[in-house]
Amino acid sequence: MKNARDKNYMPDSYGYFGEYGGRFVPETLVAALKELEKGFRHIARSPSFRSELSHYLKYYVGRPTPLYFAERMSADLGGAKVYLKREDLAHTGAHKINNTVGQVLLAKKLGKKRIIAETGAGQHGVATATAAALFGLPCEVYMGELDVKRQALNVDRMRLLGTKVVPVYSGSMTLKDAMNEAIRDWVTNVETTHYVIGSVAGPHPYPEIVRYFQSVIGTEAKRQIMEAEHRLPDVLIACIGGGSNSMGLFYPFIKNDEVKLIGVEAGGLGIKSGKHGASLTAGEKGVLHGTMTKILMDRDGQIINPHSISAGLDYPGVGPELSHLHDTGRLKVFTANDDAVLSATSYLSKTEGIIPALESAHAIACARTYVKRLPKNTVVIINISGRGDKDMDIIRENIDLINNKGRLKEYHD
Amino acid sequence: MTDRIKNTFGALAERGEKAFIAYIMAGDPDMNKTLVYARALIQGGADIIELGMPFSDPIADGPTIQQAAQRALQSKTNISKIFALVRTLRKTSGIPIVLMGYINPVLKYGTKRFFEDAARSGVDGLILPDLPLEEIDHVKEYAVQSGIDIILLAAPTSDRKRLVELLRHTRGFLYYISMTGVTGSQKKMGHAAFESIRWIRKNTQKPVAVGFGISTPRQAKTIAALADGIVVGSAFVKLIENNKNASARIAALTRSLKSAVNIH
Ligand SMILES: Cc1ncc(COP(=O)(O)O)c(C=O)c1O
Repeated sequence: MKNARDKNYMPDSYGYFGEYGGRFVPETLVAALKELEKGFRHIARSPSFRSELSHYLKYYVGRPTPLYFAERMSADLGGAKVYLKREDLAHTGAHKINNTVGQVLLAKKLGKKRIIAETGAGQHGVATATAAALFGLPCEVYMGELDVKRQALNVDRMRLLGTKVVPVYSGSMTLKDAMNEAIRDWVTNVETTHYVIGSVAGPHPYPEIVRYFQSVIGTEAKRQIMEAEHRLPDVLIACIGGGSNSMGLFYPFIKNDEVKLIGVEAGGLGIKSGKHGASLTAGEKGVLHGTMTKILMDRDGQIINPHSISAGLDYPGVGPELSHLHDTGRLKVFTANDDAVLSATSYLSKTEGIIPALESAHAIACARTYVKRLPKNTVVIINISGRGDKDMDIIRENIDLINNKGRLKEYHD
Repeated sequence: MTDRIKNTFGALAERGEKAFIAYIMAGDPDMNKTLVYARALIQGGADIIELGMPFSDPIADGPTIQQAAQRALQSKTNISKIFALVRTLRKTSGIPIVLMGYINPVLKYGTKRFFEDAARSGVDGLILPDLPLEEIDHVKEYAVQSGIDIILLAAPTSDRKRLVELLRHTRGFLYYISMTGVTGSQKKMGHAAFESIRWIRKNTQKPVAVGFGISTPRQAKTIAALADGIVVGSAFVKLIENNKNASARIAALTRSLKSAVNIH
């Protein structure tokens, strides 16, 4: 139907990556998306914008983030060389800030007066609130009521940053519902407002814009690994919610076919239980939040409420480009269940002194089994997309499980 | 191929009347009630009936219709049951019936099968608020084959150049969204919207109906004066939400809105 993606891994002019992507939005938003696309092409990619953005990335966000050789973990996992890309050390504690500083700066150049965002874990909300404060724009963040409860620390942070947090009570009261509500706000206030989508999801051009701003992760990692190992890595591992930290790491390596791309989705209580967030593993092609991609739905095409212990992966869709890369085989996908994730959180904390976000711990959980099978001297980069402070309540509630004694506490169904 | 929508607008125009289009959510609170309520709309004098197809994540709808969708999903409403409802209505009425819903359940049903079954059931048109012109290829071929009108939406943010495109591709009528907002919004229709509608009517033959946020006879009257028809949804959905048996109220509201649109 639409022309296929070209060899440069760019979406076609309708925003399709192969069969996935597009712009499934109410007519009211079409003009704004076109304006955003134009602004992105002409402003965000201009040398002057890029140099302004690099300034903020360096002096404000604290980039480049280290690529750390995890010595004890490498030894423990049998000799492959494991490097951790430390996005947890970026300002506000996760990779989300790379995108929000870029988008809010762009919004400002486009003359927008107000910023809105959706958030799950609250990391994107905090990162948007931060960028809005940095550039002096009022900000409102939509957050499912369940996430308001389980990520209370981030709610307080957003409020302290001057952002209004709007709890969302519809549906599963998690990320997807927050995104519905943010879209409705945008439909209503489109003339004055920029909607900062937090992942490589949503309608064209968001998947491309967010990938562009997050690619700094992979660009740095590539340079850093060349310095450390004088060669490309063999494997990249990242967790996948909407897909921004993974695309950010993967994209600069995408044409290096010898570099394996591994994504880890939320296995929740297990794929068979039906309570998970694994859209690539268990979803089917459909349309959600403005894009055609792999989604979790029932026989009638109604969206299924996902489940994950990590609010940031508790989403029934995924960025369209990841669906495409998965179909073509370029991307391999695994899942990590809630209990393995808690255990991986404890593992990284005790082995390397790094407390990862529960989202990032999915990548660690996968690595713990995957890396063991790799030959010695294989070079692996794992994206630590964020730090775990926000998850301390959940970790405390499950401390018995973490100490191999108790069972997983259930949060919702 | 049905011409019910076209013929309805044609007949109304000849009489110097405007179309009154009423929306309710199919399956809210259950299918039996929807059948009764649809008949109340017909009895009250509605010219076209729009039946909502519930979706779990309706991004173009405000709280009233969101909750109606939830009630409909709770009563296990799906596309097959909506087609069955249309078949029942068709036994006694030739009123144009338009389905309005989101694209995902249609894709899941199977696009080709959806249009074939819709046409066979007596559906005349389809409105998909999350399928803008750019994505119309996903349904166009099947829509044309089945003779079902794809009714496109225009908004105050659609510029003149785009209006021309929308008018060229829409079938049946153009659905103009009165303000930037979701269904049931209290926002007033702005100057730009008035201007656009005037421009559309001056420049084309295709009927334009205005919807979103119209709930009172007064608003209906003002807006109908410059369009070919108006759409009222949330006001009916609220009646259904608040009354165990809303038939009489639905018929009465329909009568008052229908007469309001025809007062010049
Ligand atoms: C630390 C962290 N990692 C990962 C994610 C998942 O998002 P994405 O797949 O877009 O990176 C989130 C989302 O909130 C997050 O906070």
